[in-house]
Amino acid sequence: MSFISELTKGIIKENPIFVIVLGMCPTLATSTSVSNALGMGMAATFVLVCSNIFISLIKNVTPDKIRIPVYVVVIAAFVSIVDMSMAAYLPALHKSLGLFIPLIVVNCIILGRAEAFANKNNVINSIADGIGMGLGFTLALTVVATIREVLGNGTWLNIKVMPSTYDPMLITLLAPGAFITLGFLMALMNMIKEKK
Amino acid sequence: MGFLGQLFVMAISAILVQNFVLSRFLGLCPYLGVSKKLDSAFGMGMAVIFVMTLASAFCYLIFQYLLVPYGLEYLQTLAFILTIAALVQFVEMVIQKNSPALYKSLGVYLPLITTNCAVLGVAILNITPLADGSRYNFIWSVLNGFLSGVGFTFVLLAMAGIRERLELVDMPKSMRGMPSGLILAGIMALAFYGFMGMKI
Repeated sequence: MSFISELTKGIIKENPIFVIVLGMCPTLATSTSVSNALGMGMAATFVLVCSNIFISLIKNVTPDKIRIPVYVVVIAAFVSIVDMSMAAYLPALHKSLGLFIPLIVVNCIILGRAEAFANKNNVINSIADGIGMGLGFTLALTVVATIREVLGNGTWLNIKVMPSTYDPMLITLLAPGAFITLGFLMALMNMIKEKK
Repeated sequence: MGFLGQLFVMAISAILVQNFVLSRFLGLCPYLGVSKKLDSAFGMGMAVIFVMTLASAFCYLIFQYLLVPYGLEYLQTLAFILTIAALVQFVEMVIQKNSPALYKSLGVYLPLITTNCAVLGVAILNITPLADGSRYNFIWSVLNGFLSGVGFTFVLLAMAGIRERLELVDMPKSMRGMPSGLILAGIMALAFYGFMGMKI
């Protein structure tokens, strides 16, 4: 497969959230606003690309039996880098994402791509796969966050988009709204797939 | 407030008010993945309670007596995930050797728990300073791990009970499976929001 097709498959056809349904916890918890969603998406993409590169480089010297612990250590190292640099340069974002930055370690998307893709492919394709999957994750997060922020706060990326007479539906920003929004979005995706 | 009073407050808060799944969004993958049958949900729940309690204890000890004295707090993510992975592997081996019956019922769920973010989540929350700047001590960390696990199992079982019945309901094809499960979780979260007003 070529670089481009590896890059684009993660965005729509094999979207990690809507199609493969991995990494639900950060999707629901950090989609309260578009800026949080973009921050989380970028952090996860960085970790995903770096760990894909690294795991693809060491795939020939990793003993098969202990490959999962090796992947986890590689991922945890990159997550610590993201955690510390975000705390230093973007303290406000770091505070609002909170616990979910260290929890990128156990995000199934990253371990899943390491096991299913980077372990078997060369570095160039692994980079493409990492970028594509990362963008797909960011896109899905942003879609969920857009619905929640516009309905729940009347803003998009802190810019007012709804008329001043609009009464915000606060529930979409709370925990129940996250589940229900994602539930209906997935139903919509299923419906589109069936029509095809 | 005496010990029992504090314990009661912590139990209510971990199981109902600040439920791991429905208000903190931790451990959603097993919550949505293993909630199709009641008995497998029960097995998973027990395994999670077990591992969360042990992980709270071990991660606390490692943080307090290994990372803090050497000023290595920034390695907490790495240290905790390794501890949890080793712990899960160890528990699996011990159970397999000593109690084949228990292994048969919990065995398949144990490896999955390493990547359950509720376990790493509780380990990190235990060492995060509370609102008044203090941290849980060892006993409270272990209790917090145990009670949060109970809260997880509680909603997992409730969800599995509802989903078993939901299988028989006539609904649009595109809503089957994950979408209806998510909307169901949303309605449950809404019900749990009722506990938010409790002042204890």
